Amino acid sequence: MNVSRSLRNVIIIELFVPITLLILGIYHGLMQVVYRAGVIHQSSAVKLDYYQGLTLHGVINAIVLTTFFAVSFGHATIFFYLKKEPNKKASWISLGLMVVGTLMAAWAILAGKASVLYTFYPPLKGHPLFYLGTALLIVGSWIPLFDWLVLYRSWKKENPGKKVPLAVLGTLVNFIVWFVCTLAVAYEVLVLLLPWAMGWTPTVNVTLARTLFWFFGHALVYFWLLPAYIMFYTMLPKVAGGKLYSDLAGRIALFLFLLLSVPVGVHHQFSDPNISSTTKWLSTVLTFAVAVPSFITAFTLSASLEYAGRQRGAKGLLGWFGKLPYLDSNRYLFGYMIAGLILFIFGGFTGIVNSSYALNNVVHNTSWLPGHFHMTVAGPVFLAMIAMSLHLIATLRGRKIFLPKVNVIVPYLWMIGVLIFSFGLMWGGLMGEPRRTNLGMTYLNPQNELYHPQWVPSTMLALSGGFIMFLAGMLYFVVFFGTFFRKKTETAGLDLPVSEAYHDEKMVPLFNGFKPWIIVMVVIILIAYVPALVDVLSNSGPGAPPHLPHNPMPGI
Amino acid sequence: MLDKFEIRVLRITGLLIIIFFFSILYVTGKRKVDVTECIPYDKAYAEPRVTKIDDKTYQVFAVAGMWTFEPSVINIPPGAEVDFFVTSKDVVHGFNIAERNVNMMAVYGGISKTTVKFPETGVYKITCHEYCGTGHQNMQAEVIVDYPKP
Ligand code: HEM
Ligand SMILES: [Cu+2]
Ligand SMILES: [Cu+2]
Repeated sequence: MNVSRSLRNVIIIELFVPITLLILGIYHGLMQVVYRAGVIHQSSAVKLDYYQGLTLHGVINAIVLTTFFAVSFGHATIFFYLKKEPNKKASWISLGLMVVGTLMAAWAILAGKASVLYTFYPPLKGHPLFYLGTALLIVGSWIPLFDWLVLYRSWKKENPGKKVPLAVLGTLVNFIVWFVCTLAVAYEVLVLLLPWAMGWTPTVNVTLARTLFWFFGHALVYFWLLPAYIMFYTMLPKVAGGKLYSDLAGRIALFLFLLLSVPVGVHHQFSDPNISSTTKWLSTVLTFAVAVPSFITAFTLSASLEYAGRQRGAKGLLGWFGKLPYLDSNRYLFGYMIAGLILFIFGGFTGIVNSSYALNNVVHNTSWLPGHFHMTVAGPVFLAMIAMSLHLIATLRGRKIFLPKVNVIVPYLWMIGVLIFSFGLMWGGLMGEPRRTNLGMTYLNPQNELYHPQWVPSTMLALSGGFIMFLAGMLYFVVFFGTFFRKKTETAGLDLPVSEAYHDEKMVPLFNGFKPWIIVMVVIILIAYVPALVDVLSNSGPGAPPHLPHNPMPGI
Repeated sequence: MLDKFEIRVLRITGLLIIIFFFSILYVTGKRKVDVTECIPYDKAYAEPRVTKIDDKTYQVFAVAGMWTFEPSVINIPPGAEVDFFVTSKDVVHGFNIAERNVNMMAVYGGISKTTVKFPETGVYKITCHEYCGTGHQNMQAEVIVDYPKP
């Protein structure tokens, strides 16, 4: 499909910028496992401090890459399925804001003025430009939503009685969730943190800031995940050589995510004071409900893959599993997606542990947590994003994949790395290994009185897995930039694999529009968050003055 | 509409979630596993101290700050039941005793509370597990349960 020059460039820049920054992000991933295993006993290496590196790692990998990717993939799906081009000016303004915001935040972090991690928990204080930069990045990512909604409405008018394509529905669900949840963090940043970081307001209510952050923080993980889900539903069955088992199941899952992504954020605050146990209970119940769309997805995808395997001649109950195109370099998207899905099985199980009211008490804030979320965000999410970035760059620029044989093994290498790495972190976590700590300075330094020898094997395991991930990442960069700068040999254009549905159910009006769902979403959010906010506002003591990360005295 | 396999899977899903849910209900009720309690803020909690209520019951008021806990050594006899009240005098800190599943946060303007028993003698490390600035990796304290025997 032909793409205008303007849209093409927007999409390409939105992929090129984060993948380039990712080099820095992955380098700091490696550095962290090295420090944590006690290989280095220093506070910094190559002029970058451990916590500064951790901030870069979190901000680049979890915020910049994911936001840029979601917007560019959104443009691609909307344009491809609705055959309507997003507004030129709006998409450039959005891109401009995102780039400027990223540069501002990157400057603050690299200058060592914002080592507050991507969760920026006050009263630790970062440079005002760090907060402003993140806010601009977010506002930039809002703009396309309003533009896409216009295209969506006019498409619906022109196509009465037709089902909205699943991918379009997914993109819009994702950005509606994103818009709603980022309102809270925008309020946190603009009203609470910025004036306080500038010295205009003396103190900040710490738990309120955390509550607003987590209102956004949990939905954020679905914002990462939904582009991958869209690919799993609308592309994976096709590249596997089959059909999507049920189209309606996909719609039900997406709308359930719309309802339940935002209201469950309190489950990140089971260990916070100022929030009552009743509110925490409510959050557990809602969180368990989010498992429903995940189970639907697990079933629908396995059924689709089974169908694909049988189409390729598989026999018997589980024979289909062996017949899928794991190592076909023309279908490399399959390898990336299946490797991600295998990781996601473990990610899902460990997630159920985290969200369980009582079990959370064992693992909260230990290295179990990064163990869990590298199997989700550095698993299906990351693999789907880098695969699709490669696909879009190659087709939009008319380039053939560079080193296709290397490209098909990248996802499996990454998957093995993540499994070993996460196992190490999770095992350590169960033994009390803290997360976000430069273990090499003290706990894993035999010269130090705080030395903890029982964490040696687990951190070593994480180190070896992290090293394999790093290798896979570097191979990916070779393929990506090799493809990017190759000579043009193909016709350029936008092309996405399209899965047909095996059960293509009749159009049900309820599943073809957003209004009722958004209303229910707002009601559930109020049910979940009014009690939480009442708790916070009535139990909190005095507000806290700002603290710089390197100084125990308050000040700015 | 949905085919019969899907309906079956949805039923199993529902059942599974209900089982999960009742297991949690069971441990919170029967085994008294609870999350951090919530207590309205009061300045009195910000005075670090250990108070003995009787031979088997102690109250520990712990205050976390960049980058030490006060009190940094807590001596109690074996079998003691301890109420921990934890707060912070600056940023957010962690308060983790992995061997006893004590897992709380010290928040400025908030009081975390939990109760645990220490049936056996030993040294239990308290680790700060919430990033609290450049000295975060130094932040540790101990609960000494009659060990070594005084
Ligand atoms: C070579 C690959 C990678 C390695 C070796 C690695 C390693 C690590 C380690 C050891 C931590 C924990 C640090 C600590 O708690 O002290 C961490 C944190 C984190 N990683 Fe990775 N990682 C890698 C790739 C990724 C990717 C691809 C993503 C996301 C797309 C990601 C997202 C995160 C996030 C969000 C954190 C949390 C930061 C925080 O707690 O503030 N990582 N990583
Ligand atoms: Cu601390
Ligand atoms: Cu700390």
